[in-house]
Amino acid sequence: MSATATSAHFKENAHAALTDARLQGAMAFSRNFVSRRAAAVERLPEFDALRDSAKAIKDHALAHLDLYLEAYESRVRASGGEVHFAQDAEEARRIVIDLCKAMGAKSIAKGKSMIAEEIGLNHALEGAGIEAVETDLGEYIIQLRGETPSHIIAPAIHLTAKDVEGEFRKAHRDLAADRSLAEPEQLLSEARQVLRAKFLAADVGVTGANFLIAETGTSIIVTNEGNGDLTQILPEAHIVIASIEKIVPTLEDAAQLMRVLARSATGQDASVYTTLSTGPRRPGDPDGPRAYHVVILDNGRSTMLGGQFQPMLRCIRCGACMNHCPVYQAVGGHAYGWVYPGPMGAVLTPSLIGVAEGGQLPNASTFCGRCESVCPVRIPLPGMMRHWREREFERRLSPAPLRYGLGFWAFFASRPALYRLATDLAARALKLAGRGKGRFAWLPFAAGWTGYRDLAAPEGATFQSRWRAKSGAVK
Amino acid sequence: MNATAAPAGPSRTSQPRVGLFVTCLVDIIRPSVGFAAVKLLEDAGCKVVVPSQTCCGQPAYNSGDRATAKRLARQAIDAFEDCDYVVAPSGSCGGMLIKHYPDLFAGEPDLETRAERFAEKTHELVSFLVDVLKVEKVAARYEGTVAYHDSCAGLRELGIKAQPRRLLAGVEGLTLVELAEPETCCGFGGLFATKYGELSNAIVSRKAEDIQATKADTLLAGDLGCLLNMAGKLSREGSAVKARHVAEILAGMADGPAMGEAEKETAR
Amino acid sequence: MNSREAIFASIRRSLGVSGQEQTRRFEVETRLKQAPPGVVPKRGQGDPAARLATFRAEAERAQASVAEVAAWADTPAEIARFLRDNNCPATLRMGADPRLAAVPWSETSLEILHGASDGRDVNAVSAAFAAIAETGTLALVSGPDNPTTLNFLPDNHIVVLPREAILADFEGAFAKLRATYGKGAAPRTLNLITGPSRSADIEQTLLLGAHGPRRLHIVIVGED
Repeated sequence: MSATATSAHFKENAHAALTDARLQGAMAFSRNFVSRRAAAVERLPEFDALRDSAKAIKDHALAHLDLYLEAYESRVRASGGEVHFAQDAEEARRIVIDLCKAMGAKSIAKGKSMIAEEIGLNHALEGAGIEAVETDLGEYIIQLRGETPSHIIAPAIHLTAKDVEGEFRKAHRDLAADRSLAEPEQLLSEARQVLRAKFLAADVGVTGANFLIAETGTSIIVTNEGNGDLTQILPEAHIVIASIEKIVPTLEDAAQLMRVLARSATGQDASVYTTLSTGPRRPGDPDGPRAYHVVILDNGRSTMLGGQFQPMLRCIRCGACMNHCPVYQAVGGHAYGWVYPGPMGAVLTPSLIGVAEGGQLPNASTFCGRCESVCPVRIPLPGMMRHWREREFERRLSPAPLRYGLGFWAFFASRPALYRLATDLAARALKLAGRGKGRFAWLPFAAGWTGYRDLAAPEGATFQSRWRAKSGAVK
Repeated sequence: MNATAAPAGPSRTSQPRVGLFVTCLVDIIRPSVGFAAVKLLEDAGCKVVVPSQTCCGQPAYNSGDRATAKRLARQAIDAFEDCDYVVAPSGSCGGMLIKHYPDLFAGEPDLETRAERFAEKTHELVSFLVDVLKVEKVAARYEGTVAYHDSCAGLRELGIKAQPRRLLAGVEGLTLVELAEPETCCGFGGLFATKYGELSNAIVSRKAEDIQATKADTLLAGDLGCLLNMAGKLSREGSAVKARHVAEILAGMADGPAMGEAEKETAR
Repeated sequence: MNSREAIFASIRRSLGVSGQEQTRRFEVETRLKQAPPGVVPKRGQGDPAARLATFRAEAERAQASVAEVAAWADTPAEIARFLRDNNCPATLRMGADPRLAAVPWSETSLEILHGASDGRDVNAVSAAFAAIAETGTLALVSGPDNPTTLNFLPDNHIVVLPREAILADFEGAFAKLRATYGKGAAPRTLNLITGPSRSADIEQTLLLGAHGPRRLHIVIVGED
């Protein structure tokens, strides 16, 4: 199965996150992404038109995914690469491990890949006796700590420089014990030096792909560090692991998506390194991998096509939705309990691991709509969360108190005369119960509210009863 | 003295017949907002009627109970059949009526058409005053410093941002200050606030910090749900900030208790 | 049924197609053949002087340094100056690019090394395939002329860019790619590089030189 999920325990996870002072401090950093995105959008008048274009391209590609996948596969083969198909996580892991074993690989350098996390690749590689080193600096740091990322773009955002120094001193034993690591620059230099050795020693490089281009059989990765590049050009073999919906038709289509990706993610007009790789090294090439393999993963996505959740497959993994989400900002990424956090995680997770496991996530939303308003490919995220809630309601997965409460409310709301009478009585009664204080510090059945805030008491008779009394009109 | 403006835009009679969709929270918790809305509409030259009504169906809709939502939607559409316009003092209920009613009946030809026609004649209160009736100034006074929170549905579903600020700018004695994050959710989200109380609290705590940092003495918004949430947090923290619906200020009816205030405290 | 067949079958089942439909096949073939451009920002457009100015401004915004020289023959002196001013050792690795081979390196005291990098080079120079004014981006292609490892392993990367290779936008760069490599083909690696390597993973402090070069110096060659 895919990597283990604790999404069903979202509330408990959220509680832990809300009481974690260090995480709360770190989340403040991630709020910078909001202003940076806004500044980048301000600088580019064509941004909104680009979003429409990006959405249209993804919709077209998804509607013709079988044909573009065929075209992509044929171009990869023509350039000397190989394409492997994996229906699920287990198969994908097996393919990667078999490829590594066939090459006698002992160590792997890894660029950041959400798909690799989804299938639990690192754990499986270690089980097969193959060392897998994360090369993205943030991922490397948390790998040393045995942690998972707390943010998809800035995985080590919850750590201080002192934490990092501690980890480096513990892990990099062959360096001089009296060296200074007081400044972030020194930490970076050390990481660069240590990881450089790993890059050069790695037998295989594994990366994800931001996009796969059908026209040329090309995989694209986007980084600021250059680690993905060193991962894929130094080792003997490059393995790309990507899910089926990463396919875009042409180079021009990729350019449309690239223009909205970096701006939506970090507010940069372009990431430092956008790299297009096509096949293994050519005759005469002095560097580059001798073997190029692409592992294409389904893992539940093909069944999302043609249905209510197809728009979710437009996602280009920019992270804008979570950067702007009040829930994500309050609890961070770990609380979502699986690979994909924030609004996109709330929609995608139940699709991939089932609504029984992942169904909490689409409920933990205020439907503020900010995610949809910043999504570069205009995914209707709140609407799809609502679809999940509909599925849960139909299958009676919603909690009983909620169903009874709604049923009770619906009974009265469907009967206007009864509603007017009942609400008038209730409002007058609550006003009296308030004993003139104007608010309640506690109410039965409302502990989720009054545990944290006061609740204003009603003014007394309802508007409708007062209106009728005033005008004497019966309608 | 009445506010200006003969109604512009399509009207079947010289005095448009406006059905007030009062909304559950206003109806039950704070009727004075409803009366403020009536005054604003009448001052602008409308004939206001209040058909017998219940709930727009949003709690059911957002909980995944489409069947109940559709039943309540049909009921609402029927109740306001003979109105030229339907006006609601809420961006959240307004969004439900205007954006989601047509979605509820998508694919059902007759009902979808009725829902679309209903949506076309339905407006949120402040946007109706400014965008349809072309009201430019209200004749109200309010001595105070006001922070305005942009409720999410009103902002993102209905484009309400400039309109309340426009009218507040014309209120004598009123100083408007902007929150650092006026467009950030307050954490209400309907049933979310009770179902995920701890999380909702974390979100509204940030909003309360923002409000208090502006040193405003009054908080306004166009949605009672948001206001209940923010007012409840502010009062639990012992803040003196008064929370009201923007209609109360615009109608010059801000003499009664603010939200959560006891009747005798109005002397503060 | 193997996994490939199973995945294609599942995709087709979900989309409600057989895969044989003529209209769909035609749409896909047409798009792949014509590769229509989408929305192209105005930012990079304009005459060569405008493109140069935009390229320079955007590249500097991304923390690259930029110099302009009149002729290829002036590049060794400019590169030697850059290395001296930044206290870098007087060594320089390059590939087999004929334009770089033809310039007078002997006028400087730089030690020149050829070929791919093994990680021990401090400085390297490449000649760019093209540049994109819109974002201040350099386009470099793999091969013996400009080995890809030179773009990433050294501390300091210098890129010589002929003025006329500064294109307005990505679309221009892709058109040039097709003209050079043929339709449907691409070099093993096309690097689109915007500024030096960076990371903000430690306390959100922006630091240059994460894994790739700490410094990116662009030497634009050509008269007005």
